[in-house]
Amino acid sequence: MSVPVIRAENIAKKYGDFVAVDGISFEVQRGESFGLLGPNGAGKSTTMKMIAAVSTRTSGSLEVLGMDPNTDGPAIRSQLGVVPQEDNLDQELRVRENLITYGRFFGMSHAAVAKRADELLEFAQLTDRAKSKVEPLSGGMKRRLTIARSLMNDPQMLLLDEPTTGLDPQARHILWDRLFRLKEQGTTLVLTTHYMDEAEQLSDRIVVVDKGAIMAEGSPAQLIRQYSSKEVLEVRYGSDKNAPVAKAIADIGERQEILPDRILIYSDNGERDLAEITKRGHHPMTSLVRRSSLEDVFLRLTGRSLVE
Amino acid sequence: MTSVADIKADAEKPRRWGWWYVTELRLREMRGYVSYVVTSSFANPLMYLLALGIGLANLIPEGMEGVPFLVFVAPALLMSTILTVGAEEGMYPVLSGFKWHKIFFAIHATPITPGQIVGGFLVHLTIRFTFTAGVFYGFLVAFGAVPFASGWVMIPIAILGAFSILTPLGAYAASLDDDTGQFALIQRLVVMPMFLFSGTFFPLSQVPDWLEWVGWVSPLWHATQLGRTFSYGAIEPIWLSATHLAVLVAYAVIGGYFMKRAFVARLTR
Repeated sequence: MSVPVIRAENIAKKYGDFVAVDGISFEVQRGESFGLLGPNGAGKSTTMKMIAAVSTRTSGSLEVLGMDPNTDGPAIRSQLGVVPQEDNLDQELRVRENLITYGRFFGMSHAAVAKRADELLEFAQLTDRAKSKVEPLSGGMKRRLTIARSLMNDPQMLLLDEPTTGLDPQARHILWDRLFRLKEQGTTLVLTTHYMDEAEQLSDRIVVVDKGAIMAEGSPAQLIRQYSSKEVLEVRYGSDKNAPVAKAIADIGERQEILPDRILIYSDNGERDLAEITKRGHHPMTSLVRRSSLEDVFLRLTGRSLVE
Repeated sequence: MTSVADIKADAEKPRRWGWWYVTELRLREMRGYVSYVVTSSFANPLMYLLALGIGLANLIPEGMEGVPFLVFVAPALLMSTILTVGAEEGMYPVLSGFKWHKIFFAIHATPITPGQIVGGFLVHLTIRFTFTAGVFYGFLVAFGAVPFASGWVMIPIAILGAFSILTPLGAYAASLDDDTGQFALIQRLVVMPMFLFSGTFFPLSQVPDWLEWVGWVSPLWHATQLGRTFSYGAIEPIWLSATHLAVLVAYAVIGGYFMKRAFVARLTR
């Protein structure tokens, strides 16, 4: 097996008494697309900052590209592309200038940054906005510009912190397409997200994080296989009726989760179970049979939903 | 996989020149408000000289400390203008880089270190202050307010004076989570009294004894007094001139140390 590009062993970050990251361990291989999935406040962004060599860890051992972020921050950062959760584009500069000035921070020549900026504007589908100010750009365009900026130094590894939070579905799909192209080119991607569909779309391997600790690790398919069933039957009876009905059908399916607005029945055959429930006279207001997702994995592991 | 040695060699250039790349960025950003910088650089001295230098000077025909009032007040006008710009640059632009535009976080995601961000920020301001002070000095000469050829030394003194107030304020601004009126308070309770009680329009000896300490701790007084020795040969003991210089350097250097520390703390939190 090749040398991992990230090797985290028991890393922790504390702010006074508050423990943001509580001794997590994982490895990321070159070319891999690795996702940290968890709800807001799980410690994903803090972990990302430690990897990005901009936040000093409190304890544990961390190697990024064979170096320690606490001591070799600038060298590590010279090889990374970083897309932060909040856009921090330079509002006082034009679109293309944002790329040019950023490339200079890596020691690239004026000629090299100009060439690279034009290539990346093309990649980010922003060529016609090159001279525009940043402020009037849509949320999706700003994100694409931030991604283009993070690629100026042709990074070995791209760190994306909640890359599509706040974007509309169309903008998310355009962004996913661009990220998928990078993945195909062999760029190592590390992303945090609280969207299960994003984690499934972009990650080869995921760690599920909650309250600063790792709950599970594996590929999306492995996690679903291990922690959930093949199918999920969702039935709704109205908020005050879900619990009593759930008692009456408790023996149906492999397992159940009773949420305030619906009952989830984990099963290998949702349609069969729905027929059984109906046969017993419990006609739901609405019902849905779907494939198990990472959301179900998360619910199983933590008893809570990802987006709360 | 690129070896660690190769990566470190690659990062050598930004390690050496990072401060300059930050300066480049700030200069490029300045294009957006260059007309403000140029207009204020020309308008400020003109207004000051017409109002205080010419207008007020007519009311004091006997001059002050043995020189015409315009000559007496000229170094103070130059110093107070540049120090005021220094105070402004040490507050909102610093907090903005962390809080509103977060540009310092964007820069720190690259090989650039917090120290280089501070360095580039200060180098850019040195360029800006040199321009503004240079224009001001040109006006002073044109108005006949600088009798000595050594008057140009006021320009570096003004820049040093600006940093003596900018870096301590920059350290403070970098440590703030938000501006809930602190900057306005500093303007009113620090910058404005400094302007009024630092021997700018009249010698510090005329200030009531119990208020004289304002001048003693004020970078503006030290910068102005030092400027007066070069501008018209104001007579004071050499140890006092050395003290002026030492105080300004101490403010700027100690402030710079704490400013860098505050940037490191904020950016590696």
